[in-house]
Amino acid sequence: MSIDISQFHDVFFEESFEGLDAMEAGLLDLNVGAVDLETINTIFRAAHSIKGGAGTFGFIPVSEFTHVMEAILDEMRNGEREVSTLSINLLLESVDVLREMLTAVQQKTATDDGRIADTRQKLEAMKADEFEEPELVKVQVEAVTESKDLGWKINFNPHQHLLQTGNDPVRMLRELGSLGELTTEVNDSKLPPFSDFEPEDSYLSWTLTLLGDIPKEEVDEIFEWVDEDCDLTIESIKAPVKGPTRVEIMVAALDKHDVVSVEFTPEPESEPEFSTTESVVDETPVVAVDIEETQSIEATLPVEKTTTKSKIATPAASSIRVSTDKVDSLINLVSELVITQSMLSQIGEHFTPKMLPQLIDGLAQLERNSREMQEGILRIRMLPISFAFNRFPRLVHDMSDKTGKKVELKLTGEQTELDKSVMEKIGDPLVHLVRNSLDHGIEMPEVRLAAGKAETGLLQLKSYHQGGNIIIEIHDDGAGLNEDKILAKAIEKGLVDASDELSPEKIHDLIFLPGFSTAEELTDISGRGVGMDVVRKNIDSLGGSVEVVSNRGEGSVFTIRLPLTLAIIDGQTIRVAGENYIIPLVSIIETLEIKTSEIKLVSGKGELYPLRDEYVPIIRLYDVFNLDPHITDLEEGLLVIVEGEGQRVGLFIDDLLGQQQVVIKSLETNYRKVKGVSGATILGDGTVALILDVPGLMALYRDPSLALFVNHNRAA
Amino acid sequence: MAKILAVDDSASMRQMVSFTLKAAGHTVMDAEDGHQALNIAKTQSFDLVLTDVNMPIMDGLTLTKELRTLADYRFTPILILTTEAGKDKKQEGRAAGATGWLVKPFNPDQLLATIKKVLD
Repeated sequence: MSIDISQFHDVFFEESFEGLDAMEAGLLDLNVGAVDLETINTIFRAAHSIKGGAGTFGFIPVSEFTHVMEAILDEMRNGEREVSTLSINLLLESVDVLREMLTAVQQKTATDDGRIADTRQKLEAMKADEFEEPELVKVQVEAVTESKDLGWKINFNPHQHLLQTGNDPVRMLRELGSLGELTTEVNDSKLPPFSDFEPEDSYLSWTLTLLGDIPKEEVDEIFEWVDEDCDLTIESIKAPVKGPTRVEIMVAALDKHDVVSVEFTPEPESEPEFSTTESVVDETPVVAVDIEETQSIEATLPVEKTTTKSKIATPAASSIRVSTDKVDSLINLVSELVITQSMLSQIGEHFTPKMLPQLIDGLAQLERNSREMQEGILRIRMLPISFAFNRFPRLVHDMSDKTGKKVELKLTGEQTELDKSVMEKIGDPLVHLVRNSLDHGIEMPEVRLAAGKAETGLLQLKSYHQGGNIIIEIHDDGAGLNEDKILAKAIEKGLVDASDELSPEKIHDLIFLPGFSTAEELTDISGRGVGMDVVRKNIDSLGGSVEVVSNRGEGSVFTIRLPLTLAIIDGQTIRVAGENYIIPLVSIIETLEIKTSEIKLVSGKGELYPLRDEYVPIIRLYDVFNLDPHITDLEEGLLVIVEGEGQRVGLFIDDLLGQQQVVIKSLETNYRKVKGVSGATILGDGTVALILDVPGLMALYRDPSLALFVNHNRAA
Repeated sequence: MAKILAVDDSASMRQMVSFTLKAAGHTVMDAEDGHQALNIAKTQSFDLVLTDVNMPIMDGLTLTKELRTLADYRFTPILILTTEAGKDKKQEGRAAGATGWLVKPFNPDQLLATIKKVLD
């Protein structure tokens, strides 16, 4: 039977990456000098599983690499090796290499062989360090001789307990019989009197003659599992021919894939008719390797180099692991839905006006069922935020190493759940913020001591739910933002006027403006030419927000607010020129009735509305979407103040309709990307409404040529 | 065809072993660790137990020892799947009461050939 094992690769990769994460977390948990057996065992097991799986699924380099790691871990486990910073760091590096190797295999891309070899060498050097001399491995090389085997004579005397190992002599005899012509002679001399007979013990022994040209290995294999639970001799019955020669060589630390070439001269010594293999080995003297050349053998272990033919390098479809609880609760909900449905259809079949209350009850139940279903299904996509937090212990470890800063990382609320797609997109902004806090926030130990703080800085990541949002906070007890520096920089960059009077909060917010970077010099930690503006932009694109609160000398708190899911948003339905649109509720600041007299007309900027201390541009939505307006008088309609990318605009609309949760349908997959529109949804009455993208609308307002629809009105 | 209990903490190995055995017509139950396997083994009987060695909670050798103390499993073949081909590992397995072993990595054909050895 041939089974395509590549179907199990996805699972293997998934569990291996999880294993690597577990190894990493475990390594970071290890304390230098201490032997935390449980943690080491966990790390060891993860390495062991990866090694086994990689071997089975044919990823030999991965398996070999892990083997070396495993050996070092094994020594740690047995207390033969000290848990040192050096070994932890090297193992962490190996985890990285291994992760790269697995990713490369998974995506069928090339590996950085130099780095792999380099790390492997370091591992091997570390392993070898422990031993003064390289380990000597005995290798037996058996000369292949053309012996004329007539067959084998076998004395098989099972010990009494053989049956209790799950082995059965009868099966073995049958198997022997399948190899050649078998003659059996049973010896029942040890059979006790019937009264003493124990049915669970084995009393018989056999003398077997097996004739045929049968390799010794095949015979050995049959007795492989019992050779210590029986007395066994296997002797060859052969015609006297030139006997086999055996060479025993000592090879220093032979790797299982090394090829050893041995050259030797066969000893012209004839073999006795019956010879037991075991005895020959002992009698054969050790032969030097470089005897006169006559014949060469290659001793390789039959490790199959299974080469997996790469088909097409398709990225694996992303999968998600869902706890059975969630699935069970869904199944529960479905059955409730079915009950409600059957109740409703019963009412429908024999409907009389009297049954109206029942119908209303039924519909209310249906509504509850579908809302619960919706929530339940969304929960499937929810993952604990620990998936995003997990990388930080390592990041902090590496950073402390590199900068000499002392940092303690505290994670709270790791079990807070978040939609998988939000999780994937929040990773990079989070890393950036954490790096920023480590780099610019937390000070060097001596600076901290001088400021009367603890030498070790505290970095906290907190996550919790608030309303329909998830909040992630990044606290550091570092130096805090330096308002003077920020302001000076902002003025220098022309982001604010020197005459502007700004509150500390406003000044702090400047760091999120494009083109702002507080670092006097870019370090390789946070300065990557990517500023906080990108962080804010990424978070905005998720429908979230980020802000900072900071106190000089005490530290900073960055707060990220994210929607729980991207699939459903709270929307405000609005009406413009007879069409319905949805504005995401999160972007709405307020809605106003305005007076034409308040409007300022500025050439090149259009209409501006004075909203307290700032002027916000008015965007007439019917203009943007090129519709025939029903209402053009600003006093008849409404102005919705919305915010996007830190800027505010007023959207002029005809009317506000209801607020509701809407399911986002991608416009891109069904049509194409449209500037100013983030998606579409289907309303309760079956009509389609477009969901407005506030930052996109702003861009469109600034540059109408981006519009999909040619805008005649504005062009005029 | 036989009823087999397959124990491995690695999901991919479990899937591969189960799939292979089922394809060969066997009935398979699986377990993620020795403890789980032991509980399953106590509630129903099997013709063969295949177990990994290194597992959390309860390892394969302990599982083997525990199974051998149960009347129903005194003679049941127990094969251990081991990465270590070393003699001492096999010796440990034997001491625990294992019938035999299968050295990882193995392919589906090797697996079937090995279990055929004890089931025939």
